[in-house]
Amino acid sequence: MSAVDENDVFKALADHTRRRLLDQLHANNGQTLGELCKGLDMTRQAVSQHLTRLEAANLVATLRQGREKLHYLNPVPIHEIHERWIEKFEDQHQRALHDLRKRAEGGRRG
Amino acid sequence: MDRPAFVCVTYISTTPEKLWHALIDAKMTTQYWQHVNVSDWRPGSKWEHRRDGEAGEPALVGKVIESSPPRRLVLTRAFPADEAREDKHTRVTFEMEPLGDVVRLTVTHDRLEAGSEMLEGITEGWPKVLSSLKSLLETGRPLPELW
Repeated sequence: MSAVDENDVFKALADHTRRRLLDQLHANNGQTLGELCKGLDMTRQAVSQHLTRLEAANLVATLRQGREKLHYLNPVPIHEIHERWIEKFEDQHQRALHDLRKRAEGGRRG
Repeated sequence: MDRPAFVCVTYISTTPEKLWHALIDAKMTTQYWQHVNVSDWRPGSKWEHRRDGEAGEPALVGKVIESSPPRRLVLTRAFPADEAREDKHTRVTFEMEPLGDVVRLTVTHDRLEAGSEMLEGITEGWPKVLSSLKSLLETGRPLPELW
């Protein structure tokens, strides 16, 4: 597998179930396939296919722990979309508020 | 064993050796992190994360657990106030896997307390740091105004 195309990220996000899976991981990171299936009314196989799509787009990362395969939300591509497609188009007013918040919170980051 | 709380993956067009150097070199960390990481990077050694240049006060401290260049670096990470309290130390694992002409970098941050200041900080921090690192290695330019 090589670097991920931005199109793959947007295509992976263009699906209700896949966005819901990301929400589930955001609420509770590091879940097995079985755990992720519980919140969804669909077959295990269908959920597994959606997770494969998310992993191919690098939106989900998996780690093995013993016999379990755990799924994690990977925040890097969403951060890159934010930098490239959202921050740039925010109006000046929002931008100023955002900068103020950044400065106010700057002391405890990193 | 706990489930790690935070995993970040990015693909960078570089070599494992260059990526390793970028993780441990004080000058390069200053460029893309805008903070500096200082250590001799030997197992058992201390490392410090300083916000105001190499002579600055440490904002984060820890120890090098494993150093296997250019594939795997494991560190503990804590606020200076918690340095003596090992139960408060979190753990960061960097793994580099070459895949053709790119390197897959996985950062796993575990032993994190739910709702802690550390977890909140890194949730915002790691994606920024890794995007800036990727930009520096691929284009020669880090991202501006990270913090």
